[in-house]
Order: sequence, then C-alpha cells, then structure tokens
Amino acid sequence: MSGYCGKLLRVNLTTGGIGTEALDPALARKFIGGRGLGSYYLQRIAGPGVDPLSPANPLIFATGPLTGSAMPATGRYMAIARSPLTGTIACSNSGGFWGPELKCAGYDLVVVEGKAAAPCYLSIRDGEVALKDASGLWGRLVSQTTEALLASFGDPKARVLCIGPAGERLSPIASIMNDRYRAAGRSGVGAVMGSKNLKAVVVRGSGWVAPERPEKAEELRKILLAALKDNGITGQGLPTYGTAVLVNIINESGVYPTRNFQGGVFEEARANSGEALKEKYLTGMDICFRCPIACGRYCEADGVEGGGPEYETLWAFSADCGVSDLPAVIKANRWCNEYGLDTISTGATIACAMELAQRGILKPEEVDGPLLAFGSGEAVVEWTRKMGAGEGLGAHLALGSYRFAERYGASEYSMSVKKQELPAYDPRGIQGQGLHYATSNRGGCHVRGYLISPEILGVPEKLDPHRTEGKAAWAKRFQDLTAVIDSLGLCLFTSFAMKVEHYRDMFHAVTGIDLTSEELLRAGERIWNLERVYNLASGIGPEQDTLPKRLLAEPLKEGGAKGMVNRLGELLPEYYRERGWNEKGIPSKERLALLGLE
Amino acid sequence: MEDRMNVEVRLFATLSRGRFESRHMVLRSPCTLRQLMEQLGIGEAEAPLRFVNGRFANLDDALNDRDIVSLFPSVGGG
Repeated sequence: MSGYCGKLLRVNLTTGGIGTEALDPALARKFIGGRGLGSYYLQRIAGPGVDPLSPANPLIFATGPLTGSAMPATGRYMAIARSPLTGTIACSNSGGFWGPELKCAGYDLVVVEGKAAAPCYLSIRDGEVALKDASGLWGRLVSQTTEALLASFGDPKARVLCIGPAGERLSPIASIMNDRYRAAGRSGVGAVMGSKNLKAVVVRGSGWVAPERPEKAEELRKILLAALKDNGITGQGLPTYGTAVLVNIINESGVYPTRNFQGGVFEEARANSGEALKEKYLTGMDICFRCPIACGRYCEADGVEGGGPEYETLWAFSADCGVSDLPAVIKANRWCNEYGLDTISTGATIACAMELAQRGILKPEEVDGPLLAFGSGEAVVEWTRKMGAGEGLGAHLALGSYRFAERYGASEYSMSVKKQELPAYDPRGIQGQGLHYATSNRGGCHVRGYLISPEILGVPEKLDPHRTEGKAAWAKRFQDLTAVIDSLGLCLFTSFAMKVEHYRDMFHAVTGIDLTSEELLRAGERIWNLERVYNLASGIGPEQDTLPKRLLAEPLKEGGAKGMVNRLGELLPEYYRERGWNEKGIPSKERLALLGLE
Repeated sequence: MEDRMNVEVRLFATLSRGRFESRHMVLRSPCTLRQLMEQLGIGEAEAPLRFVNGRFANLDDALNDRDIVSLFPSVGGG
C-alpha cells in the first residue's frame, strides 16, 4: 500500500512503553489518513467524554497518504485530541517540514498516551525511538527549545515540534509549534501536550514516500504545478502578498470584524494590509515542503523578526483590537510563536477584554499592565507576552475569551462558537460562512468549510454572500471536501486551483486506491459524521450550533452589509436536512450505517 | 452639470501598480462599471472581483454619484 508507511508509532508516557502497530489497509481506505484516521484512533482509544487534560486523552500526530509525497503542497500533518478549549474534538493542522519528516522516518501516525512523571521529549530517528529527559527545556521558549534540541540531536536536518511555556501551563489556547514558525494553532492542542509533560518531538527520517504509479504521479505533478501557477490566487496573490492579501477585500466587503465585532469596516485597513506589509516589513518567504504557493512570510520590525503575520493573525491584533500599528502586530505574533499561543484566540481574547474595559465591566484597578483600550499597540504586544508568561491578569486572559468574560458574567462579549474564538470574517454579511461557523466540528473556525471562497472570492463560482438560498448544500460540500483534503495531508489552499477529481487522481496515483469522486466525498462525509458523533457523545450538543448573540441580533451599522445580521435560523434546519440528520441535528442510525459508521 | 458624477475608485494589490491606490474621478453620466474600467485600461480578467459600495457588482451596472468602486485581481488566502 504505497503512500502509507503502514505503521503507527505508539508511545505510553506513563509506562515508557514504545511500540509499533500495523495500519489496517481497510481503515486507510475508509478514513483516508491524517484527520480521518487520527479521529478514528482517538475514538477507538479513549472514547468520548475523556477529560482533555488527563493522561487518558491521547494526543495523535497524523500524516496523510500524500504527506511527504511528490505531489505539490504536501507538507501537512494534524494534531488530534479532545480539546480543553471547546470540549469537542481538537484537530489542528500545520505545515512546514515536520509531517513529511515523520513519514520519511516510517510512521503514518504517532499516538501518545499517558503522562510522563517528569518533562520529557520524544526522539525519533527512523526505527530508533526514545523518550529523553526535557527538564532543562521546561519553561524555555520555542526558538530556544528548537535550537537546543537540534544541537543535542546532532543532525541539522532533524525537525522539531514543541510547545512553549503556554502549553506547559495548560492554557486552553496554547498551540503546538513546528519548524519554529509553523503552528497547529487551534483548540488548545498545546495544552494537551503540556498535560503529558511532553515538551517536544524531534524527528529525522531517511526514507521517502514512493508512489504506487510513478509515471502517473509524475504526469499529475506537472499538471497540478501548472494549475497552481496559472491560478490567480495560488500563482500570484498568495506568493506576492501572502494570506494578508485578504485584508482589503474583506474590509471593502464590510465584513472585516473590527473592535471585537462591533463593526465590519476598519478605517485603517489599507495601512495594515498585506500590501503594506510587503512594502515595509517583509524580509523573506517561509515556504513549506514542496509548495509552489509559498504564502508564508518572514517580517521584521524594530529588530524583532520571525514568521508571519498571516491574515488571521494580522486581523486579530490589528482590526479586532482597533490597532493601526504593523510593528505591534509583528511583535505580538513573535510572542505567540515563542510562547506557543494561538494567534487568533490570543488577539480575539485581548479584543474581548478591551470591550469589557470599554463597557466598564473590567475595572482599571484589575488591569496590571498597559491600559486595555482599543487602538493600543502597546497593549496587544505586552498582553500577549503576559498571556504567554502567565503573569497577573495575563494568566486569566490565557484561558481564552469565553472563560475570561464568564468571570464577569459577560460571556456574550466573547466572539466565539463552542468557546473557540471566531476568525476574521463577520458572518452577518456572509451568510454561508456563519452557518459554517455554527456547525464546524471544532467550534469557531474558518478552515473546515471555507465559504469565503464562493461567497467573497468567486471560487469556484460567485455566490451572493447576503443570501441564504443554497448555502446549506454548499456548506456540506465544502466541509466534506475539506475533510478529504485534511485527511490526504495536503494544504487546503490547493483547493483554490484544484477540483475533487484532482484529489481523487492524486490519491490513486500515490496509493493505488481507486475511488470515484463520489466515494472520496463520501469518505469526507464519513469523517465529518465521525467527528459529529464524537462531539455529541462528549456532551457538546446541537444547542451549541449557534453564533454569539451579537451576530444574530445586532445589525452591522455601515459598509456593504449594513443592516444585516446572520440568519442562522433559516440556514440551520436546511443544513441538518442536507446532512441527513434529524431536525434536532442528530445523525440517525440509518444514516451512520449508510456511511459505514455503526 | 447634471451629466457629471463623482466616483471614488480604489485599486488593490497588483492593480494599483503603475496606476494609483485611490482617486476621485469625475465621470460623464450615464457610465457603467465596464466603461469606467475601459477608461482606466483595466481588463475584465485583470479585475475579476469588483465591488460598488461594498457589494459585488456586475460590469453592466450603472454607476451613481458618490459611488465607491473597489477593484481587485484574483486574491485569496485565509
């Protein structure tokens, strides 16, 4: 079975036991790999309802069959566990080189269970796997940890994945970082790793991912490289400006959330856009494994440099906090990278605190640092640092916006779904995206069904973002296709230029598994339902398929979507029907059986 | 001067190269978005994402006094 290594690495931190297990080919066909296979193992090992920060919650690193292959943009892996932030499944995706390196070392998945008695790290050199002491690394920043591990590993080509101090302190918005600047950012997977006393996983592999049908794979690779190059988004927009190229178009559409979603137009957007970043602060590009898109940025301001900022990061620290100060964004981004914090949740939590302060709910005497006032670049930088370091009020902010606002009985000011902070698109003016936010299996998130693509960017066709008609079917299709892409181990950005047939062909060429497009999408639907069932069984019910009250009841006051709210009440019943679930949002036994999920 | 109108034109990303970022223009009325783009020398394919007052616009839409026209090349990300 080419594409797959055919092997899982299983590590028990409580006992120190290390072993391997063969991958069942029938499971690979059913759940593809990456997100799908990882979610399957999560359920099989722990079942739903496990305490996210207990030793019983497994942490699974999962590559896909295309990860590390010669196909374009195949640098992805997923980190899967039950989330301490949302209580749903956590399934966080990252690029760079760590995922491909793990494949080259011979493993499709690494399943980590239990809890080590003292800080440790996992060292993988092909078949040579060991748990090593990390007490000297505990408390160290991501860059320091990475440098130290590369030096002691003795091979500069090794790849390091680690947590920063935020994960060690179990912040539910802590990320897992790899290759220094790449983040499995969302849903607090870093805290799960911290709860296990696992600081890092260093990997070096000498193998490679050979395709089943080499000639077909090579032909396909050339066709797809050309398609990515010829596409305006993947061939020009992203390579030239990075993801922050979105700032202006989202702002001009009146859906660029500003000051904790109090508005949809940021008056200083142009000065804080991807174009401005390129002109003044860009120092280089941060390119993932075999990726022709090359969207990653390196930036520098006032002597502070590092990877990013991405669009979402830029928004979270800029418009969402009312800040017009790109150097402040770059510095806050750097603290997130170093302490291992999710940039979206960090910026959005600071924005929430700023609104609580604006309303007099958060009293000045509680604020043991810079004034939490919209517009303060100093505040976003210093509060990000304090959140990472767990200092004073920063330790409370590091719990995320929902838990922070809840302390004041004001959780309605947390712009989150299932306690996870929403990203950079106001769903009042993008109806389908709002439906996706409400139904994403990991809570507030844009990358499980990116309806911005048809609703704003016109890909694959232009839909009116203000209308609800047909959006439920679009949401389902995008969600199912995204589950496929995440499971294959490809970057989601390939979908700007590729169609489902391309994914089918790549899967076939690399693994030899010949599915129809319908069967592939059906696998995506199976994965989506698997996650849904897990969430329901974990006590995250359909009553949480909703949006913050503000987005359902307070119309936007200006811009192209002026006067609008999200009409989720119209969208949700249709979505449940499209999914074949009952009117309460529960998948029926028959539907699950049809998908092969008994 | 009833046949004149003022329109603000905003160009983004690669479209502003060698042109301008934002400009107030006086146009002869009636004028469609297509005619404005012809006047600017911007082809349809060069600016597939076209907004008037924050709403997606068609090429044959007539422009009105004080409209804001925003033009983008293909962009995306997330």
